Amino acid sequence: MTIQDEYRKKGWKNLPPGGIVDRPATALEYKTGTWRAFRPIRNKDKKICQNPEACLICWALCPDAAIKRVEPNELEFDMDYCKGCGVCALECPLKAIEMEQEE
Amino acid sequence: MAKAKTLGMMGDFAVAEAAKLCNPDVIAAYPITPQTIIVERLSEFVADGELECEYICVESEHSAMSACYGASATGARVYTATASQGLALMIEIVYITASARFPVVMTIANRALSGPINIHCDHSDAMLARDSGWIQLFAEDCQEAYDSTIQAFRIAEDKRVSLPVMNCLDGFVLSHSIEPVTTLPIEDEETLDGFLPIRDPLYKLDVDAPIAQGLLALPEFYMEIKRGQQEAHLKSLSVIKEVIQDFGDRWGRYYPVVEPYQMDDAEVAVMTIGSSTGTGKAAVDELRAEGKKVGLVKLRCYRPFPVKDIQAALKKAGAVGVCDRAVSFGSTGPVYADTAGAMVGRGGPLVKNFIIGLGGKDITIDTFRTMYDNLYADLAKGEIEEPVEWIGIRGE
Repeated sequence: MTIQDEYRKKGWKNLPPGGIVDRPATALEYKTGTWRAFRPIRNKDKKICQNPEACLICWALCPDAAIKRVEPNELEFDMDYCKGCGVCALECPLKAIEMEQEE
Repeated sequence: MAKAKTLGMMGDFAVAEAAKLCNPDVIAAYPITPQTIIVERLSEFVADGELECEYICVESEHSAMSACYGASATGARVYTATASQGLALMIEIVYITASARFPVVMTIANRALSGPINIHCDHSDAMLARDSGWIQLFAEDCQEAYDSTIQAFRIAEDKRVSLPVMNCLDGFVLSHSIEPVTTLPIEDEETLDGFLPIRDPLYKLDVDAPIAQGLLALPEFYMEIKRGQQEAHLKSLSVIKEVIQDFGDRWGRYYPVVEPYQMDDAEVAVMTIGSSTGTGKAAVDELRAEGKKVGLVKLRCYRPFPVKDIQAALKKAGAVGVCDRAVSFGSTGPVYADTAGAMVGRGGPLVKNFIIGLGGKDITIDTFRTMYDNLYADLAKGEIEEPVEWIGIRGE
């Protein structure tokens, strides 16, 4: 159970004082991917960023660290945390990422 | 410092002596008139090795309160002081410190807010923070400012409270006036003979038991958290009374949250806050000698607002004038608004508002005579004609 689910069950009398959360790193449980209006997709015509030559610009610039290196040069979007800001698509020098409207 | 000593001390010196006695771990402060002498004095204590404490010289009051917030988060005992524009500048973090339930003791040497710019006393600065969640105490004289500082640490750090406390003393009238102040006869300075134990925080930053604090709380949680904060604040009143009692039992000086003066048979009464109480009591004595049954109620604790104590103190009077050294523009004085709210629908006295002493305008015995005269006139008519009267200003 996430900390949010746990605290949702508590009324004001039983929440911890001062608005604290009584354990660390719970932000990981907060899936900001639900905020997304656009999702990044790989441009199917351009395979380049799946190649060992990947430049890692998108990986370095993603403000939510939502682009993961699954292999040294293999990248994957982490859709739990990607807010769809589009920085990766804008910065990719090969235009290998496009933003697509969420349904 | 085993024996009690009675010394001539300015209010600011008295507060600095009291803060030193409480042995804060961290002081973060920025000088501003008329509070400057407090933090200047404390910095001298630190420089001279009389007080072992982390003294942080910050670049603004906003930073001062931010540092106090951070220091209190670690479980430290924290002190600061400010006034007027300084409080206005730090107000963002003032609110946040209370909502985090972090005890900090802050002295306010009450001074009018700009503009026009002014350095003299009124309560517009403290009233700016009345909704911030801090406990607010107002001192009548320098002795009370000294004693109240010591009580404030105990109240703030009590686990049932764990809230910051704002200790107000009137700028210049008390901060720069020399009065006899009797120090506490303390044997064990570590805990003030058991009155003020080492702080045991409600929660703190601790690498071995990490927590997350200072978080975002959206609609699902914000209102629940604020309701919890309100509960802690309302419940602090009983702890404040407990501390006042303990302090009095140990050292013989009692300062009730609401103090009635000659109220048993009072036909008309005023309610005061801060140093004007002393002048008001002198006016009561004079008028009583002339055969007029007048009384006074001193409000020492403004937040939490002691509704029941005020109802009990005022219920027998015929007409009551609430004195405010601040005004909520477009409305009334803030203490009046609270008091009228406490008295409404109870069939008690007529209640009206006097705005007095803004920006250091003198409050004299004649000021009180005027107010009592006006209250008698209202009482004779059986109704309040002018609910808010500004006393002591030039008209035409």
